[in-house]
This record gives sequence, C-alpha cells and structure tokens, in this order.
Amino acid sequence: MTSRIITYAEAIREAIGQAMESDPNVFMLGEDIGIYGGAFGVSGDLFHRFGPERIRDTPISELGIVGAAVGAALVGMKPIVEIQFSDFTAQAMDQIVNQAAKIHFMIGGQLSVPMVLRAPSGSGTGAAAQHSQSLEAWFAHIPGLKVVMPSNARDAKGLLLAAIADPNPVIVLEHKLLYKTSGEVPEEMYMTPIGVPDLVQEGTDLVIVATGVMVSRSIEAAHQLKEHGISASIIDVRTLSPLDMTLINQVVSATGRVLLVQEAPKHVGYMAEIAARIAEGPSWKQLKAPIKRLCGLEIPIPYAPQLEQAAVPQVADIVKHATQLVKEN
Amino acid sequence: MSSITPLIGPESGLISDSKPAALAALESLLSIRSFEEAVDALFARGLMHGTMHLSIGQEASATGVCAALTSTDYITSTHRGHGHCIAKGADITRMMAELLAKQTGYCRGRGGSMHIADAATGNLGANGIVAGGIPIAAGAALAQKMQGKKEVIVSFFGDGATNEGAFHEALNLSAIWDLPVVFVCEDNKYGMSNSTEKSMRVEKISERAAAYGIEGVTVDGNDVDAVFAATRTAVAKARTGGGPTLVEAETYRWKGHSKSDKNLYRSKEEIDEWKAKDPIERFQNLCLTKNIITQAEIDELTARVREVTRGAIKDAMAAPDSNPDELLSGVFKAVS
Ligand SMILES: Cc1ncc(C[n+]2csc(CCOP(=O)(O)OP(=O)(O)O)c2C)c(N)n1
Ligand SMILES: [Mg+2]
Repeated sequence: MTSRIITYAEAIREAIGQAMESDPNVFMLGEDIGIYGGAFGVSGDLFHRFGPERIRDTPISELGIVGAAVGAALVGMKPIVEIQFSDFTAQAMDQIVNQAAKIHFMIGGQLSVPMVLRAPSGSGTGAAAQHSQSLEAWFAHIPGLKVVMPSNARDAKGLLLAAIADPNPVIVLEHKLLYKTSGEVPEEMYMTPIGVPDLVQEGTDLVIVATGVMVSRSIEAAHQLKEHGISASIIDVRTLSPLDMTLINQVVSATGRVLLVQEAPKHVGYMAEIAARIAEGPSWKQLKAPIKRLCGLEIPIPYAPQLEQAAVPQVADIVKHATQLVKEN
Repeated sequence: MSSITPLIGPESGLISDSKPAALAALESLLSIRSFEEAVDALFARGLMHGTMHLSIGQEASATGVCAALTSTDYITSTHRGHGHCIAKGADITRMMAELLAKQTGYCRGRGGSMHIADAATGNLGANGIVAGGIPIAAGAALAQKMQGKKEVIVSFFGDGATNEGAFHEALNLSAIWDLPVVFVCEDNKYGMSNSTEKSMRVEKISERAAAYGIEGVTVDGNDVDAVFAATRTAVAKARTGGGPTLVEAETYRWKGHSKSDKNLYRSKEEIDEWKAKDPIERFQNLCLTKNIITQAEIDELTARVREVTRGAIKDAMAAPDSNPDELLSGVFKAVS
C-alpha cells in the first residue's frame, strides 16, 4: 500500500469519497456539509465531487436528520450522518437510542440499520460547556450501538470504512483537536476492524490505556517518562463497543500497573468499565498497584483557556500520575 | 399463513362502487375488529401479557389508507398498529404468535404488540415512541427518491404525535425535499387522557401542514371511501414527484388508551355517540344500500373472519415459546 502524510480530517474525507465511489447507496447528510464544507471542514470538496443529492445539506434538525438516516438505512441506503458537534446528539437521542440501536433486535432481525453517525467531540477549542463534551459513555451503554473513537489519521480512515461496511449503526466520535493533526495514511481503501484495541507502544513499567485525544497526550507523556527512566506501554481502546479485553489483559499482566486516561468526567465514565473488566478478569493477580484513573473533572467544560485546560487531563498530568503509580508501588 | 385478501383500490370511483374492492375492504375491517376483540379477550383471561393499544372504532382509516397503496409501498406504524399491519397484508397468525410470546411471532417474541414489523409487506414497524416513526418514514421516502424508485411511504400517527418535535422536523424535511410520503394522522381526539382541545390551538390538525408549505386535508376517518379517496390523491401526488400531504382522519377509539385506562377523562355519552358511528356497520349499510354486497355475503365473510382469528390463536398457541438462547446473538446483524 502506498501511504502519504495527510490530516485526520483529510483521511475521513478520503474514506467517505472512496466509499461513495464504490457504493452508490452511500451518501452523507448533515448541517452545512455542502458548499460550506462542514463546520470543521471535513466534507470539504465532496459536495463538488458528488453533488447536492449525495452530499445532502439539511436544515438544523438533528432529530429529523438522524430519523431520516434510520429510515433510509432500513430500505437499503448507507447514510453517513454528520452531527455538527457531538453535544447535539442530545437532540437526536430518540432516533439513536430508541430506534437505530433497537430496531434489528426488536423486530426479530427482519431488517437492520446500516447507519454511520459521525460527530466531533471533546474540549480544547474554547467553545465551552455545550460544544465540548465527551459523551462516549452514553452510546457505549446502549446495546445495539457500536462505538469507535479514532485517535489518529490512519484509524480515522480505517475505522470509518469499517463503520460504513458494517450492517449495524456505528457511532464515530472524532476529536476536534485531531482534525488538523497529520499521520501516515494508506491511499487504498482498508478497514480497521471494529472490536480490536491498538497497542501503540510497548513498555515494561506500566500500561496507559487511553481514548481519543488522550492517546496522543499519552504518547507525548511517555516520551517524558522515558527521560525519567519509566517505560510505558500505551493501548488505544479505539473501539469502545464492542470491547475485546484480550490485549488489555495481556499488557496489564505484563506490566502490573495500569493508568486509565479519558477526557470525560470520571464518574460513571467509560474507563470505569475498563477498570471493572480488569478487576474481574485474568490479569488482576498480576497487579502491583491499584488500578488508577485519570479523567476530566466533574464539571461542565469552562470557556477560559486556563480553566478549560484545568478541566481535562494534560500531558503533565499523565506524566505525574504515571510517575506516582510506578514510584509508589 | 392467514392474511386478508389484498385490498383493491379502484383507480377511479369509490371502494363502495366496486364489489371486489368492497368485499376486500369489508374483510379488512372485520379482520381488524375480530383480531382486536380476540386480543382483548385473551388479555382479560390472563392469557396475554404486557399491554395493548386497541384500534377498535378506527378500522376505516387503516383500511382506507392501505387500499390506496400497492403491495411494495411502505408504511410506518404506531403503538396502536394492529390494524395497519393487518390492512397492509401481514400474517395474522404470526401477529398473534408475537403477542402470545412465541418463537414464530414476527419479532420472535422480542418486540410484542408495539414493535411488529413485516418486511415482506412493506411494514417498517410499529413504534413504542410517540412520533418515532415519522422521521423514519421521511428517510425511507428519501431512499426511494435517491434510488429512483416509485414506492410511496405512508406514516401513520395519532393526534398526540403532532405535538412532538419529530412530527414537525419530519414534515419540514419531507416538504423541502419533495419526498414521496403521505402523513396520515389518525385523530381519535385523545392522546391518552389529553384531548386535542387542551393540547393544541388549531381547529384541525391538517392546518399544521401550512407551516411546511404542503397540503393538508381533513376527512371523516370512519368513512372508508373518504379515507381512501383522500389517500389515493395524496399517494398519486407523492408518486409523481409532487411531495408530501398531511391527511387527517377524524375517528375515535372505543376502548381505553391501553390496559391501564379507567376512562376518567371522557363521558360514557361521548363514547356511545361515537359507537353509533361504527365504521364497519356504516360501510356495510352503505354497500347494502348500493346493492354492491348482499347480507348473505356479509354474514359469510363475518363467519370466515372469525374462523381465521380462531385458527390464528390455535396455531399460535401450539407454536414453540420464544427462545432465550438466541437473545445475545440477536442484537447485531452479523458482519459479512
Ligand atoms: C415519546 C413518548 N411519550 C409518551 C409516550 C406514552 N404514550 C404512549 S401512547 C400515548 C398517547 C399517544 O397519543 P396519540 O398520538 O394521539 O395516539 P393514540 O394513542 O391516540 O392512538 C402516550 C402518551 C410514549 N410512548 N412515547
Ligand atoms: Mg390520539
């Protein structure tokens, strides 16, 4: 495969474009995705390539948009919905949770809902409390939804193509701060399997398990930790539902220390599930220290940059907690 | 397998002008009534669990609307959906099996009354969420348009559903995109205990169409011919690219909202007044007056329909119970 360096946003756009070229039933709908090119520039020139039917601009109508995607998916289309900010999935929750997630099961498997819902999530842009949340635990809690959180450009493309090919509803939570980051991405179509976490790097003293933008922060933290003589493994959970614990259990067993890092508030967050599964699973006997979580504060995301940064884990926080975990245990 | 004779919608004239169309419509009306009465009785005897929303008194809207559809057209339905399902051609035995929690039911016992769908007859599903099916109908209509197909979608919903945001968002999307969808509001005057007078300022629900720049019509929902004629016009318009219509069918539910209803919000006189406007008796009398159907034919059909219902109950009861072993594998469709 030939690769080149492109951005996370470009990788998503490339995936959508390739999927639309190879399957006439794939189309995109969302607010300002046409001429405007999307609030975060993701759809970009797709409107000019595929036209207004397949890059379908919608009114500001999240419940209607997602409902229309569910209906179209039921009768053979493969809609990709863009919700402008993941916070606005709240407007569409009935169609996501009560309809899309349940229809296949509820009607005895007669039909399915091959819909993809993409939404930018997370903080760091100064957009404050209603435009900055990390809501992955909402979706991961619902049977019938698959949930993925790409942390880099390569997975952004591969996971999206896997989501489009999947006959079930898949929620793709992208991170706003990642759209302009770059990475090596194969030109061809490829799928990153849904259900398999990624071992980003191997180390011996602890494993950092992270999601979303916390993966790149953990990588940066690991560089600094190395200078202090601490060697960290990093696992990118990548696909939150379904979750396969094999890799996490292996690496927890090998290192004996685990730091779980998420941007969302700690209380009832996704990492609580990972912590519980480690505690219930085969690797608990190898633990040299209690499982440690580093999460966002239990507050709405604030506006001022210094407040916003204080609200969610930063590189220095990861370094500090990882160091403590290793030095004290 | 026990479905009604497919409904026939004459291209011109009324259902009550054509003997085969009238007989099929009467079979649909009687089958819905018979099914609902049987379900009511099974529930009363403790043989059926959960809850039920019966459509007794509203049979003409399901029948008149579905008579205007082809077998490949689609519907989305509601919590009060048994009638829509039967009129669209579902297998009554599989419906009964679903309500009786059997493996052979439409949803393998996973959905029950509020979630019956029948992909084979274009029924995209009842819905436990008030107004939940309306945006889904818009999306199914969008798919027809994008795929260059000629199928039309009818979305059934109640008066109460028109106070939900989903109704308004779906009508707007369908209007701006000229989607091949017909919105059929079965206005039975109440959403549970909440009367339309108390819950909206408009006189007629069809007035709400004006807000979306589409046509709205109100018809006598207990008159099969009137419902059929209005739907036929709306369907023809939708099929030829003319976009959506809102059809309001004024009717009444005889029974309580569901099994918990004590009817405290309406009077016995009001209920009796509407029972006197029984859509089935009315259609029979019309067909007798017009000499389209004979009393002997009505009697024969009534007996046959009862036999079908009895047979459906018997066959459903003999079927295996729904199977917990396949619960976990039923959540996701397998990735091929
Ligand atoms: C979103 C939602 N709100 C409330 C309910 C509870 N509920 C079920 S049916 C119903 C009344 C619906 O009224 P209408 O749309 O007029 O339909 P009808 O029952 O009269 O056929 C209510 C309140 C529900 N199922 N879904
Ligand atoms: Mg009502």
